Amino acid sequence: MAYSEKLIDHYENPRNIGSLDKSSEDVGTGLVGAPACGDVMKLQIKVGPDGLIEDAKFKTFGCGSAIASSSLVTEWVKGKTIDEAETIKNTDIAKHLALPPVKIHCSVLAEDAIKAAIADYRAKTTKKDEAQQAAE
Amino acid sequence: MTAITQIRRNDQPIYLDYQATTPVDPRVLEAMMPYFTHKFGNPHSRSHSYGWEAEEAVEKARAQVAKLIGADEKEVIFTSGATESNNLAIRGVAEFYKDRKNHIVTTVTEHKCVLDTCRHLEQQGFEVTYLPVQKNGLIDLEVLRAAVTDKTVLVSIMAVNNEIGVIQPLAEIGKICREKKAFFHTDAAQAAGKIPLDVEAMNIDLMSISGHKIYGPKGIGALYVRRKPRIRLVPLIVGGGQERGFRSGTLPTPLCVGLGEAAEIAMKEMDAESKRLAKLQARMLKGLNAKLTDIHVNGDLEHRIPGNLNIGFAYVEGESLMMGIKGLSVSSGSACTSASLEPSYVLRALGVEEDMAHTSLRIGLGRFTTEHEVDTAVDELVHHVNKLRAMSPLWEMAQEGIDIKSIEWAAH
Repeated sequence: MAYSEKLIDHYENPRNIGSLDKSSEDVGTGLVGAPACGDVMKLQIKVGPDGLIEDAKFKTFGCGSAIASSSLVTEWVKGKTIDEAETIKNTDIAKHLALPPVKIHCSVLAEDAIKAAIADYRAKTTKKDEAQQAAE
Repeated sequence: MTAITQIRRNDQPIYLDYQATTPVDPRVLEAMMPYFTHKFGNPHSRSHSYGWEAEEAVEKARAQVAKLIGADEKEVIFTSGATESNNLAIRGVAEFYKDRKNHIVTTVTEHKCVLDTCRHLEQQGFEVTYLPVQKNGLIDLEVLRAAVTDKTVLVSIMAVNNEIGVIQPLAEIGKICREKKAFFHTDAAQAAGKIPLDVEAMNIDLMSISGHKIYGPKGIGALYVRRKPRIRLVPLIVGGGQERGFRSGTLPTPLCVGLGEAAEIAMKEMDAESKRLAKLQARMLKGLNAKLTDIHVNGDLEHRIPGNLNIGFAYVEGESLMMGIKGLSVSSGSACTSASLEPSYVLRALGVEEDMAHTSLRIGLGRFTTEHEVDTAVDELVHHVNKLRAMSPLWEMAQEGIDIKSIEWAAH
């Protein structure tokens, strides 16, 4: 199977590998996929006081396409608001990396990972707001 | 001819996929060459020397193949390969004896061409029992004994598994089949020329052999069909009645010669080559174990051909690992189905967890594998496993002491 240059570049030189402190209030963590299916993605975003995503990190267990898809989205979400990041579609990822048809699910998983990280971040901030309101 | 130490060009990756196919041994090619050119006769032509010369070559090859498995040359027929041999053996026997017996016993870890043939027969009304295998990949002889009934016409169990290299207890299986009066067919594509085989001592009635797994050409194989007592088969291909009527069609003389020569070389060199490969296999395992933790050999290591390793590198997905190790040509756990995303059915049959099955590679060592290649392969594997583990969330969890099985994963 011939992969695109962009895909190979992301696989060989993955951007933003690593982990952020998942207990931190400004960090949202998404963990999607399943080992038995051969793909697990952990994607984390750190949201600054201005509401922009200032950092993103990933770790992925999966094929080259899964690694490239997650690496790519960490680049894409940085500097975006969480509302903007939420609009990233799996089709954009698949198109950018020229994923072959059998690998489309990798881009779907990457989209799910962003959404899960955003949902986690939102849940944390809602909880924080509620806690503040209760305190007031 | 001097021993060949290297067959690949320096710009080619190191070939570690000897269960998929093997290169034609230069000695084999040399034996074949004249039969492409000036000795081109039809081995079935009886009226001139071109035909006689070709026939003599084909019959010599038949004897060479027969000798490898302790058979009589009259019991060996040429086919296009092990897939055809397996089809012919199973379908041929099933159809011929269908009025008396309609049950076939095989195992879940057979090659697809055996399983598919059995499925096909099931659709036609035959009954098939698919025996499970134990954790080490070997069948349980008592389970086999219990499965064979007076309706069982054929037991088809592979000699050596193509993915995990384990050797089934052929002599014991043959004994049970003989006692129970069922024919015993074995797919020996991965076994012939690699382990000693004797159709008499092992009570084997039918045996499939492949040319290209033993440094012979692709497109040729053989089927051993016992004559005493005589096994009858309905042919798949009819026509001129060649090969005792079991397989019509003009024999491809150069390919037959190649298979024969390959069989003879394999037989002569079997002892020394097995020892050499066992050393390489041990060297590779030792090298990997010295530098990596959490690796696991799938299938029995004792009852195994020395040219095979099937290793799970925990927390690293096999396909991404293969993409990294560009200097090595290996196969993923799911050899035949690399286009699908399913983990190997063979590994699953062993009870290998699906997540571990996804981390497994098949590494095949063979006649042209060198110590240097093994060492290079170890270095490259270690480098990429470490690199991929550094980006694996599962590895991170394992290091933090989190049990991956305790997490409720959402299947997708």
